[in-house]
Amino acid sequence: MSGVISTRRASDRPDAVRLMLNNRLATGGLVVLVAMVTLALLTPLLPLHDPNATSPADRLMRPLSEGHLLGTDALGRDIFSRLVWGLRVTLAVGLSATLIAAFVGSAVGLVAGYAGGRTDNVLMRGIDMLMAFPYILLALAIVAVLGPGLINALYAIAVVNIPFFARNIRGVTLGLARRDFVDAARLSGKSHARILSTEILPNVAPVIVVTMSTTVGWMILETAGLSFLGLGAQPPQADLGSMLGDGRRVLFNAPHVALIPGIAIFLLVMSINLFGDGVRDVLDPRLKSGALTRPIGRTAIDRSATDAPIAKSGNVLDVSGLKAQFDVGSRTLHAVDGVDLSLAPGETLGIVGESGSGKSVTAMAIMGLVPTPPGRIAGGAIQLNGEDLLAATDERIRQLRGGAVSHVFQDPLSTLHPLFTVGDQIVEAIRAHQPLNHRKARERARELLALVRIPNAQSRLDAYPHELSGGMRQRVVIAMALANDAGLLIADEPTTALDVTVQAQILTLINRLRRDKGASILFITHDFGVVSAICDRVAVMYAGRIVETGTTAQILNDPAHPYTRKLIDCVPVLGKPDRRLDAIEGLPPPADDLPDGCAFAPRCPYARPDCRKDDVPLFDLGDERGARCLFPLAGHAS
Amino acid sequence: MATYVAKRLLAVIPVLLGLSIIVFLMMTLIPGDPATAILGNYATPENVARLNAQLGLDKPLPQQYLIWLGNLLQGDLGRSFALNRPVLDEVMERFSATLVLAGAALLLCAVLGLIAGIVSAVNQFGWADRIITLFVLIGISTPSFFLGLMLILGFAVNLRWFPPSGMYAIYGGGDLPDLLYHLVLPAFTLAAVATGVIARLTRTAMLEVLRQDFIRTARAKGVSERRVICVHAFKAALVSVIPVIGIQAGFVLGGAVYIETVFQWPGIGAMLVNAISTRDILLVQGGVLVVAASYVLFNLAADVAQSLLDPRLRR
Repeated sequence: MSGVISTRRASDRPDAVRLMLNNRLATGGLVVLVAMVTLALLTPLLPLHDPNATSPADRLMRPLSEGHLLGTDALGRDIFSRLVWGLRVTLAVGLSATLIAAFVGSAVGLVAGYAGGRTDNVLMRGIDMLMAFPYILLALAIVAVLGPGLINALYAIAVVNIPFFARNIRGVTLGLARRDFVDAARLSGKSHARILSTEILPNVAPVIVVTMSTTVGWMILETAGLSFLGLGAQPPQADLGSMLGDGRRVLFNAPHVALIPGIAIFLLVMSINLFGDGVRDVLDPRLKSGALTRPIGRTAIDRSATDAPIAKSGNVLDVSGLKAQFDVGSRTLHAVDGVDLSLAPGETLGIVGESGSGKSVTAMAIMGLVPTPPGRIAGGAIQLNGEDLLAATDERIRQLRGGAVSHVFQDPLSTLHPLFTVGDQIVEAIRAHQPLNHRKARERARELLALVRIPNAQSRLDAYPHELSGGMRQRVVIAMALANDAGLLIADEPTTALDVTVQAQILTLINRLRRDKGASILFITHDFGVVSAICDRVAVMYAGRIVETGTTAQILNDPAHPYTRKLIDCVPVLGKPDRRLDAIEGLPPPADDLPDGCAFAPRCPYARPDCRKDDVPLFDLGDERGARCLFPLAGHAS
Repeated sequence: MATYVAKRLLAVIPVLLGLSIIVFLMMTLIPGDPATAILGNYATPENVARLNAQLGLDKPLPQQYLIWLGNLLQGDLGRSFALNRPVLDEVMERFSATLVLAGAALLLCAVLGLIAGIVSAVNQFGWADRIITLFVLIGISTPSFFLGLMLILGFAVNLRWFPPSGMYAIYGGGDLPDLLYHLVLPAFTLAAVATGVIARLTRTAMLEVLRQDFIRTARAKGVSERRVICVHAFKAALVSVIPVIGIQAGFVLGGAVYIETVFQWPGIGAMLVNAISTRDILLVQGGVLVVAASYVLFNLAADVAQSLLDPRLRR
């Protein structure tokens, strides 16, 4: 895939607080949390019943009873009063445990990451040991030793959460401790303690906050849990957990006594989790849950914008006026902006251009392999052997993919599935289109591997991609593309990831297969050396359009478009080391902001004022040549 | 593969030794005299002296540990003074009940979590994704002991579909259908949080995998979309979800403490809570050790399963 989606501009970065408030769930969590914390803080000032005043006559009153908003418990105590006092205790214990765990865990992590070596090893083995215990079990063990009680429960919960802080903070510190500014501080004679507190701590603070936001909810849950089991708050003191535990005893005849504190714990933890997710999204955008989008099986097509199919041509492939766009945020990138192509039987067409010129997107669009979202086909027509591909059903496209049209992609390591043997992957390609049983398909797979000249084909069938060299992997990918004798092979930079000798072997292989099988090939590359080795005709792309077409000999020997000229000049020529290599100055225009007139004009040494006025059409230069240039360097405009 | 498993097994030994050291040190952290703590405040001086000698409490700490470890390796975890029976017998009996509950919950959370995660990822931002995301959020914010009480209230007391507590019916129970019938509510409760965590991670892993080049290759081969998702993407996503399932085994084993208490399931979690209340330290020690060791083995199983899936890890 070419880098069509350019990086976001720095000014797009929204300010953190606004980002946070934009997240409605996080804001909701924050509102509930603030309300509960305020209630807990104001508790002593509120005109409440004494939470511990028992009144056997008023026991188990329902909620909304007179004088008791939420009713009374088994001893006749006012539930609302107990709830807010209990909330206070739960919050105090949960937050204290979080602070203790954050302080101790961060200290361990900072020291381990900063000191490295043996200290790191010893500290982290200890942390690993703590993590080898099931979470709650370790807390129980600590309470067992110290004895039940709220303060002991607090310690236990803090201890079991120390590893999360230690691990996260160590990881970040380890990276920071090797950085230049820390070295500089060390050389300036600062003590280790000063460096840790003034240089490193400010940089790990966001990680500490993120870890706190993930763990504080658990800690409040565990505090409540230990109290629920009778191992935390001891009567007459009550927190939400022990209230729930009391309520359990009268669950069948007065469920509200258990339900009310249960709901309170749920609301508290839920609001913390929602708010915490929001904090994490702001401080650590990589983890943002919505950041990833999944491409669907076939590129979306704006059916209203597509053209009627073209008349029968006898070509294998006809593309006309193809437009492909990417919707990124509020911007629309015009990756392919009106491309016409045709490919005769047995012909090899090279599409050449820089990264981002739209050549890969053009190739992917043919079989609907441009990822959606964000991509979509916004107009034009694509015909395969006269069949309208943009109007075809998904099932028809599936039949054609790998059947009539096969693909070879750039990086053979990432394009093969790492968890299946190459044999299984070829067999799958065969059986997707041919009614062969597994044994016969496997035999055919062996033949294919032999055809692409893989030695010991039989034993290689059981190899995984990572066990093969880059060249071997690309041969496997090519073997897979040959599985069903496709009439059209789309090869997207199939040799770019390989070294030069292997590259030559692969090109020879493709050339021979084309001769033997008579397939047409669409060959995408940025390398004119490769073009001269394999292509009959060439189309040069720039900023989503074809700027020049012609036979390979014409284009290589006598380019008409200044851009083509520049591209060819970039290629070093063997035996002419003193020839000046011209890099093309400037960058291609952003795909959502193309200039008026010729898109290449801003970088073109021959540009004149006329070039920047109107859209430049593809002028016919005779002999099936064409160039999108008002002042071509070769040929004669007719 | 065999060498890989052997290597992993060897690597477990130091972890188990480390666990045993921590569990052993628990006892030394007890405030006051351990023997008195173990025997209770009403122990006779003779009994205290005998226990001191038996546990080697008068010897230096490393030596105490070796004596304790030696006993442990011979299957001697001491005697529960509250129950008046060997700790190992009680622990093993209780642990088998916990294993049934935790195993069922783990199976449930893995199956439900994976399915929910895949459905969520495939319908990203669709209504199914929203509903699953909401359930996940509620699931991981609800205290499991509260969820258990609500399920008892709804399904046992009001609807009378399932029994509110216990592992077998008191009269005429004891067979497998009876066990499964009693298992439904506690297993669901115990699985709730882990299901949410696994669903969330599966969703992320699937979204990550579906962007990979090899998925495009599968589509370019003409493999059906169903197969792309259920075979190609799922297998790759599973590799990163399996260790999380291993970690969830820890939360499930630990969470059993609450669920066994709420549903009066005769497992090791309920035993531990009682043992802590009665200060039966040796019983706590044995229980913690067995559960922690089983967690290590669960993680080992997850490691091996992961390497079975991913050939790149088998080295």
